[in-house]
Amino acid sequence: MIKKREMVDGAAAIARGALDAGCNYYAGYPITPASGILTHMLRELPKVGGIGFQGEDEISSLGHCIGAAMTGATVFTATSGPGLSLYSENLGLAIMMEVPIVIAISQRLGPSTGAATASAQGDIQFMRWGTTGGYPMIVLAPTNISECYHLTKRAFQLAKRFRTPVFLATDKDTVMTTESVSVNDMKNAPDWPKIPNGGVGKELDPYQIDGEIHHYTGSSHNEEGHITKDPDIIAELNERLRTKIESNLNELSLVKNDLQHGADTLILSYGISARSMEAAVKEIRDGGDQVSSITIYSLWPVPEKAIQESLVGIKRIIVPELNHGQYLREIERLVNRDVELIGVNRVDTILLTPDEIMRAYHGS
Amino acid sequence: MDPKHLDTYIAKENLPYAFCPGCSHGKILGALSDSLKRQNLDPSEVVIVTDIGCVGLSDKYFITHAFHGLHGRAITYASGIKMQNPDLNVVVLIGDGGCGIGGHHLLNAARLNSDINVLVFNNFNFGMTGGQHSVTTPLDSITATTALGSIDAPMDIAGTAQVNGGGFIARATAFDKDLPELIEKSMRHDGFSLIDIWELCTAYYVPRNDFGRKDMMVYMDGMEMASGILQETNRPSFQTSYKNIQEKASVQNPISGLELETIFEHSLTKPIRIVLAGAAGQKVVSAGNLLASAATLSGLWVSRRADFPITIQTGFSVAEIVISPEPVLYSGIVKPDVVAIIASEGKSKVSRLTLAMDDSGVIYHSDGLGNIESEAQISPLDFPEDVQQDIRKNLSALTAAFLTKKLNMFPFEALKEASRQIQKPKITEINLGIFEYFED
Repeated sequence: MIKKREMVDGAAAIARGALDAGCNYYAGYPITPASGILTHMLRELPKVGGIGFQGEDEISSLGHCIGAAMTGATVFTATSGPGLSLYSENLGLAIMMEVPIVIAISQRLGPSTGAATASAQGDIQFMRWGTTGGYPMIVLAPTNISECYHLTKRAFQLAKRFRTPVFLATDKDTVMTTESVSVNDMKNAPDWPKIPNGGVGKELDPYQIDGEIHHYTGSSHNEEGHITKDPDIIAELNERLRTKIESNLNELSLVKNDLQHGADTLILSYGISARSMEAAVKEIRDGGDQVSSITIYSLWPVPEKAIQESLVGIKRIIVPELNHGQYLREIERLVNRDVELIGVNRVDTILLTPDEIMRAYHGS
Repeated sequence: MDPKHLDTYIAKENLPYAFCPGCSHGKILGALSDSLKRQNLDPSEVVIVTDIGCVGLSDKYFITHAFHGLHGRAITYASGIKMQNPDLNVVVLIGDGGCGIGGHHLLNAARLNSDINVLVFNNFNFGMTGGQHSVTTPLDSITATTALGSIDAPMDIAGTAQVNGGGFIARATAFDKDLPELIEKSMRHDGFSLIDIWELCTAYYVPRNDFGRKDMMVYMDGMEMASGILQETNRPSFQTSYKNIQEKASVQNPISGLELETIFEHSLTKPIRIVLAGAAGQKVVSAGNLLASAATLSGLWVSRRADFPITIQTGFSVAEIVISPEPVLYSGIVKPDVVAIIASEGKSKVSRLTLAMDDSGVIYHSDGLGNIESEAQISPLDFPEDVQQDIRKNLSALTAAFLTKKLNMFPFEALKEASRQIQKPKITEINLGIFEYFED
């Protein structure tokens, strides 16, 4: 049989996922390693009657997205760490105003401009806690080209259903490396649980001529969308913003379990580092050992139940990631004290090698 | 839309205004309501966008759509709303504070000629936060943050919008009888419009500076800031121009991935990690794509990373290609199997990699680049003799052909087919020409 493959980079896969999800508005500001997504979207959107806009900065870009979303557009933007810093205030507004919006973050190595255009997963906690209030965020992390495509589409479904910003956590290598991918894998999503239709709350009714009149605000507000100082109304709103996500953890949880009976070590990773993990797991097993692994696609909210379910018989957890251990701390609070936690970390712009993970496994 | 002939656009049930006695904000809101009435707009055709400051309290007094956002960002939300639905009338209510913190958005919206209508409630200080000085505070004024008099020059908001090309720019005061007409005119203009409306903050600026209506007019004259319509152009709005872009783009085909079918067989049993190291302009990345595509046509899996300086026309250019019988998991290269060096820039860039190699690896190099610190086998790129006359045509593609012959990963024909399938006809012609040197 003739096998069909494509040569695609992550930027193109993400852009195609967005377009196939019905995205018709993109605003963003150039920044490597996310610029590929911007150029794809600005080139493609006008071809299908959509709008692609390059803002004067990231604040403006996200502002434009929010305005368009409240007017009925399906919106998308992408940036990297320094741009995420500038997204911060509007991210809060999008949570409060309940704006569906997908934001792809092509991570760099911070702080500040850091080492630009280099391999890193430096913004895992920043995406979670990137604005005021501490409200839950939804963050998905693909590990390869076809997952870039399918998780982007999923991010749009979640943004709409939960009326909230959804991050796609990527990195330089995922976005900028060109890879061969099977045409079938691009066409067919992995066997992931379906996102239910409809909204978890009131669906967004955008500004429309002849439509119902709407007042929307980024401040604490009552049902009419007007600022309120009433503690009961404020409490109800703030609780709802939290629970609409936290009471649907099962639906949001997405992982790939590769558990082996008798294994006492679990390797847990995400994004580009999960590929090094997978290569290491293969070699460890080829060497005759039993080892379990779990790839986290839904980084936030932390898929606690799925992680805990993979802990049967586990005495040791290895967490490879391209930062100082940002996700390890989430695992730490989930496990018993007698489980040993080992971080495999790099912050030198070089991808984690399978060898390093194997060395951690073998304790050498 | 059927005309409604509404008496007012003010939500009477939410009155009275929360503004201080004597504050001019209510006057401007009344003028806006009158201008909407003059245009006989349906409330659902209007979106009022406000941000922070006392003026940000205005949305609830209107029966139209409203959006209340972050300090200084109203212009960005408004522009996004207008882009998505150009049939809506989008009015921004912003203060002098908002024009300061959002100055970047103000001048860029004017420059784009984004079809929104900005009404500036300019009362020379921050009212909501206690009367601090703003970008328009007159020199020598007493405010909460300039107790001994303001020493910084005020910003001319209308002038800023004017000089950046805003389509309709005017200056007025809250006391102007013809303000509704002026607002109507600005709203009917296709393009960015801004009215810099001067007014009084009776809580702070007025009492601290003994400043009344007359003083405001004297100040306006003294600053030689003219009132009335300052600029009116025919330049099309951003939204109108973008329609032309959409029309032009609509005849283009959406981009799709390049499908490569497996039509050759490969002879690789384990992954091979190849680094091409050259200089800008040598088409190194393109040669990497050629190898990767040839491998894909042969049923192999590939990843191709590229590394080059941000100033792309100078310095090194490196392509890292992993070719594997199985899908590539780890796409990095810390210890290459094969390195081909064709420029000194690339040579120094990959020195860390070549140093890491042992005698199982091979380094091929162009003439004069063989002095490499490495335990790998080092060998010149010995092209067929008659290549020399064409070596300048495409050294990278020649190197790809050389490696294809040497490494025996897939048939040479796959490389030629890759060139036909992924490269522009002109380049393919050149490359197929130079590939002939390698035919047996």
